[in-house]
This record gives sequence, C-alpha cells and structure tokens, in this order.
Amino acid sequence: MAKNLVEFRNLKTFFYTEEGVVKAVNDVSFSIREGETVCIVGESGCGKSVTALSLMRLIQSPPGKIEGGEIIFDGRDILKLSEAEMRRIRGNEIGMIFQEPMTSLNPVLTIGEQIMEPLMVHKLMTKKEAWNKAIELIKQVGIPRAEQIMTSYPHELSGGMRQRIMIAIALSCDPKLLIADEPTTALDVTIQAQILDLLRKIKQERNMALMLITHDLGIVAEIADYVVVMYAGKVIEEAPVRELFKNPKHPYTRGLLKAKPIIGQRQERLYTIPGQVPNPIGLGDYCYFSDRCEYAMDICRQKIPQLAADENGHKVACWLYEGEWKK
Amino acid sequence: MTQFIIRRLLQSIPTLIGASIIIFLIFAMAPGDYVTSQLQNPKMTEERAAQLRALYGLDKPLPQRYISWASGVLKGDLGDSLLFKKPVIQVINDFIWNSFILGVAIMFFEWLIASIVGIYSAVRQYSVFDTIATLLVFILYSLPSFFLGLVMLKVFAVDLKWFPLGGMITTGSNYTGWAHIVDVAKHMVLPVATLTLISVGGLSRYFRANMLEVIKQDYIRTARAKGLKERTVIFKHALRNALLPLITLFTLELPSLFAGAMITERIFNWPGIGKVVLEGIYIRDYPLFLGYTMLITVLTILANILADVLYGVADPRVRLK
Repeated sequence: MAKNLVEFRNLKTFFYTEEGVVKAVNDVSFSIREGETVCIVGESGCGKSVTALSLMRLIQSPPGKIEGGEIIFDGRDILKLSEAEMRRIRGNEIGMIFQEPMTSLNPVLTIGEQIMEPLMVHKLMTKKEAWNKAIELIKQVGIPRAEQIMTSYPHELSGGMRQRIMIAIALSCDPKLLIADEPTTALDVTIQAQILDLLRKIKQERNMALMLITHDLGIVAEIADYVVVMYAGKVIEEAPVRELFKNPKHPYTRGLLKAKPIIGQRQERLYTIPGQVPNPIGLGDYCYFSDRCEYAMDICRQKIPQLAADENGHKVACWLYEGEWKK
Repeated sequence: MTQFIIRRLLQSIPTLIGASIIIFLIFAMAPGDYVTSQLQNPKMTEERAAQLRALYGLDKPLPQRYISWASGVLKGDLGDSLLFKKPVIQVINDFIWNSFILGVAIMFFEWLIASIVGIYSAVRQYSVFDTIATLLVFILYSLPSFFLGLVMLKVFAVDLKWFPLGGMITTGSNYTGWAHIVDVAKHMVLPVATLTLISVGGLSRYFRANMLEVIKQDYIRTARAKGLKERTVIFKHALRNALLPLITLFTLELPSLFAGAMITERIFNWPGIGKVVLEGIYIRDYPLFLGYTMLITVLTILANILADVLYGVADPRVRLK
C-alpha cells in the first residue's frame, strides 16, 4: 500500500462572525495516499472547501482561523511552517483549481503571463524556458493554437478553456497533489465530462494524488478511489468507492445515494432528504444529522457519535452501528 | 484607434456648442454688468452709462450678443478683458502657467500620498495604521481650504518664519536660474501642502475601497495559491485591477491643473488664474469669465476622450480591436 501523502489530524477551522462562531471544519481526520483520488462529498457549506483551503493555508483571516489539529503533508506539519516555506509548497508541491473558471484568472494579465509565473518563481526558469514550458502545458490540457492562447486575455476564452488553463497552471510545477474544488460545477455537462477525462488522464500520467471536492455523486462514482462524506463540518463516513456505493452506512449517505436519478427508472419525484442543514452557529454536542434522520434515537440527540471502522476499513460516525463495533 | 478619436472629437462639437450657450446665458442673466459695477464712481452719469453699454455692446439683444461673441471665439478671439484692458487670451496665458505648476505639484503629492495610504490601509484593514489614517483623512477632508491655509500661514510663515507669507517670488528680488527656481519652490510649499492635505483624503479612500474590492476577488486567491510572494500578489495582481477605475478619476482631474484654486491662490497671494478670475468677479469682467470657463469646458471634454482611450490601453476587456 502506498504511503500517506496528506494526513488531516483533528483539524479544526473556525470562523468568528458577528453572529457567533462557525465551526466550518470541526475535528476532521482523514488521509490521502500517494497517487490516490479522494473525493470529498457533501452539500454546500459542509466544510469541504474550507478543509482544502486549510491545507493550502489560504483561509481568510480574520474571520477564519485554524484552531487546532495537524495537517501532515509529505512528512511536514503544514500548520507549523513559516509563510516562506508555505509559499514553496503552494503552486509547487500542491496545485489547486477552483470552482469558478470565469473569475479565477486575472482579467488584466495575459494567459501566458499567468502560466509562466509559478514556473519562474518555483522552478527558477528564465522567461524563455517558462514560455516554452507554458506552451507545452497548454497543449497537454488539450487546447489547440497554444502560441495564440499565450497572448490572449482570459475574457477571450470560454469557461471550459479557462478551466483547462487553470489546470495547466496548477500542473505547471509537477505537484504531488492536485486539489480540485468543484472544478466542473460552473461548466455545462459536455464540458464537465471533458474536464473530468482530462483530470483522470493527467493524474494517471503523472501518478499524482487528487483531492476532488464535489457534491456530484456521478463524478465520485466515475473518478474516485476513496470517498469522504462530510456533514456540517464533520466527516460522517469514509470508505473505498465501491464499498461506499455498495454498502452505504450512514443514513445521510444513503439519502444522498437515494436522491440520485437512475437511468431506466422513471420516477415522479426524486427522493429528497427531509429537513435542512442545521444553522452552523452554536451547534451543541449531538449528532448534527439527528433532526433529519429517520432512525434517530435518544442517544443521537445527546452525544456526538465518533468515527469508527469496521473490519473492511469502512468508517462511519453513527450510533446505529454502535452495537456492531462491540461484537 | 485614430478613427475612434476622430469620431469622439466630432461628437463633442454639439456638446461644446450647447455648453457655450448655457455658459453665455448664465453670465448674461446674472444681475449686473461691467457698467453697473462702475456706478459707485461719483463721476458716472446715466448718460455716460448708456454710452458705455453701447460701446461694449451690452445694449443689444442676447442672441445677437451671443453670436458676436461666439464668432469671435471661432476666430480665436475671446474678446478683451475689462479688468486688464488686454485680450483675454493674453491674460489667461499670463496667469494660467503659474496655476499649472502649482496644480502639477499638488497632483503629484496627492496621488503619491493617497496611493501609499490607501493601499496600505486596505492590505492591513482595521489595523492601527488603518484606523489612524481613516481618522486623519476625514479630519483633513472636512477642513475648508481657507481655514487650513490660514493656519498654515500663521504657524509656518508668521510664527516659525520657515516659509514666505505669500506671492510667487521674493518682492524686489531678481534671481535667475537655479536661485529663481529655489525661490519659487519656497513660495510653493505652503499652498501646495494646504491643497494636497485637503484633497488627499477623498482619493486615499478611493484607493482603499478599490483595493479592498479587488483583494476579495477569486483571481487574488488563485495568485496566492500559485505560491507568489504577497508583494507580487498585491502590486502585480491586485493593484493593476484596482487602478482601472482610478484612471477615469485621474484623467478627469487633469483640467483642474489649469483651473487654478480661487480661494487658496488668494490667501497665498499666488498670481494664478484662480485669483485673477476671482478679482474679475468684482468688476463683472464677463469676457474673462467666458474665456476661462470655455477653456475649462474644452479641456474637460478632451480629458473625457483621453480617459476612454487610456481605459482601453489599461483594460484588455474594453480594448478596441
């Protein structure tokens, strides 16, 4: 088994707002192995992006602050590094692409300039070398007429092309890990498929780990090796992808899978999980899903269930499985 | 690009004609004229007044007066100043450059200080520096120029005697070359400081607000995610975007280089166009006002065209193909 590249250990990232403390990431632990694709799944506001931004140490502060835990990346605790050491990791050892390709590129700089920047900073390339490498990267992400693209500005490119450029920038320094934060959400369906194919191809070629944040279970089924399900700032279930789809344990995960349309099955109405995500401010010590859970018991409203693994390494945080661990 | 500029210049002709009519009417309809301003003169009789009105063409109907003035302007003749008994163009040319050097110095320091204060305040929002800068900026912003000007004179010219009380050169001196430049510079310090301090407030707030807006953008997060130095992120990625709206502000400020500052120039006795026009008001020197106001109008229209051109140069999204 490959060794761990990233290890989140009891990560806590809180936001101090005027209404109160938002525990966006609350005691999250999981790991990503070298060359593995890990999907972080969950609905909006469950802390997926904040987990990724904590790894990059790009949490806006104030109001955000990493309050506790460790993030071990390639043997180093990210949270203890100096700002200069952190800069050498960002864009060099970890590349990141974002949800909004339309606004993620600087409108007043040429595409070429934006791809060449990290190459010149991290790989100390000359302008000429960086230019040639940038052209090579543009070709690799599947955009023709690379020379012309180099001198173009972001507004002259379509959303799909801009996301490819973002991928090219993230890949420029051969990172060990690529973080993709909902990379296809803002794109239309055909482009989504192309971008996913591109990510998968590049990942295989480079044997790079991929941390993919999404709320789309279709994408998860297609690309993931391992899945982490988050709810209200906590990991509630994690398992290898086949295991999770075959044998979902947490009622929330089951709900998510049930809410997915299935080809060949006509339904009047898609299943929805009843209720809403709880207000993240001032949550007490109980299972945050208990209000919406059809199996909720008394204990669910009194104590937080801890994440625990079964014999297959399938981890879940739910009181329903309490008995099974003891057996 | 040339075509765009030519089109914009042609389009501005109707604007100019409209503006000239309005300017002319406002001055013509204002109570009093050159002749009434002379009435306190005991030798002035009704007869003499009527004679003078006929001489200056003030007895003719308004449209006729406008046409005779406007046709003069088209020929490059702005009429004669009643105060100086000289052609208006010559009067303007005599004084406007004094205002111009004052204006250039003010603009330079205003933009320099405002950019530093504004950017630093935005990068360190809510820091001690930001709080103090905000407080100072609002105090200065709300001070009237005549008050600050007089305080400056009292402290630095009367009490400390560091700088001269007023004027542009030391009276009775005839310095040449370098000595002349130093002499003028000494006289400039107080008026420049007064006007810079007052104008720096508003502009630094613009810088701060624009920077804060840009720093929140996704592409700034991208720049940080690339592992760039904070300095590069701020000055290369953020500042260039924050400056875009300020280009308009900067270009539209250019005509004010020639406009002079009536009150401040008067307080510091600076022989600029603002002070001269203010003196002209007392004797209703309408040809001088009309000429001065038309000049500022033309400069403002040109500055607008320049703003559009510069915006295109700086922002690829509005660049003309």
